Amino acid sequence: MTTEVSREDNLPNEAEFGFWLYLMSDAILFGLIFATYVVMVNNTAGGPTGDDLFSLNNLTIQTVLLLTSTLTIALGHQAAVSKNAGSAIFWLVVTCVLGAGFLAFELRELNDMVAREAGPGRSGFLTSFFTLVGTHGLHVTAGLLWALTMIAQLAIKGPTPPVASRLLRLTLFWHFLDIVWIGVFSVIYLPGLMG
Amino acid sequence: MKSNSESKDTVVGFLLALVLTAVPFLAVLYKLGSREAITAVIAASAIVQILVHLRFFLGIRLRKSAPENLYPLLFAVVLLVIMVGGTLWVMANMSYRMGH
Repeated sequence: MTTEVSREDNLPNEAEFGFWLYLMSDAILFGLIFATYVVMVNNTAGGPTGDDLFSLNNLTIQTVLLLTSTLTIALGHQAAVSKNAGSAIFWLVVTCVLGAGFLAFELRELNDMVAREAGPGRSGFLTSFFTLVGTHGLHVTAGLLWALTMIAQLAIKGPTPPVASRLLRLTLFWHFLDIVWIGVFSVIYLPGLMG
Repeated sequence: MKSNSESKDTVVGFLLALVLTAVPFLAVLYKLGSREAITAVIAASAIVQILVHLRFFLGIRLRKSAPENLYPLLFAVVLLVIMVGGTLWVMANMSYRMGH
């Protein structure tokens, strides 16, 4: 850090670094839930297995929705950096729609499973499945609320440097959640669907 | 100028991610190969796609990124390898000794 840069100018960088530390600790949290899932995956207690419960169609729709939203939020951040509030708001709204669609498909799937008596209480496999998918879904829900807040801030305050900095952290968060989702479909769904 | 290269990165990353997602999904859908082969394809695509996301979306570059962003990432990777790898190792060993 050079001396001619005031502390005020450095604040966005510090905030970004702090958020980066949070993301890394969150990565460890998810990593350990993944480890728990892999240990528990065969403990079905005579209940349904992944092959009985998962649907490749549902998974494909969810994956495409989340992956596309990671593109649109990046475009939104870039629009905010180039001071184009209207375009930034447009991309954030698209991101929210895609994220909400992702959550809708996830909730429908989990609901169906509970209705088929394959809820988190059925077996060790399902407990760890609900924990992992649920934790990811809660993160997406939090990201969705955050994105709505950013839409309001962009509309009221405009693309000022503090708003752009918050939007950058939201973008990092959203990209991180998509990375976790790569793990979810590669560790849970695709191996499960192979039977 | 910076924003131009950034949007190019984003689009390139998105296209690579689409391909790296399609490969394991199609392999499972059409059962292309043995179970072991498909598992290897899933694992390889996932690892490459995570690297693509880190490089093109999160902007991590080994030579260009600030070290204070790289060190936490490397530290997290070390912790994950120890804790996740250790968990799987110990639990698989225990399962084997219990005769499952």
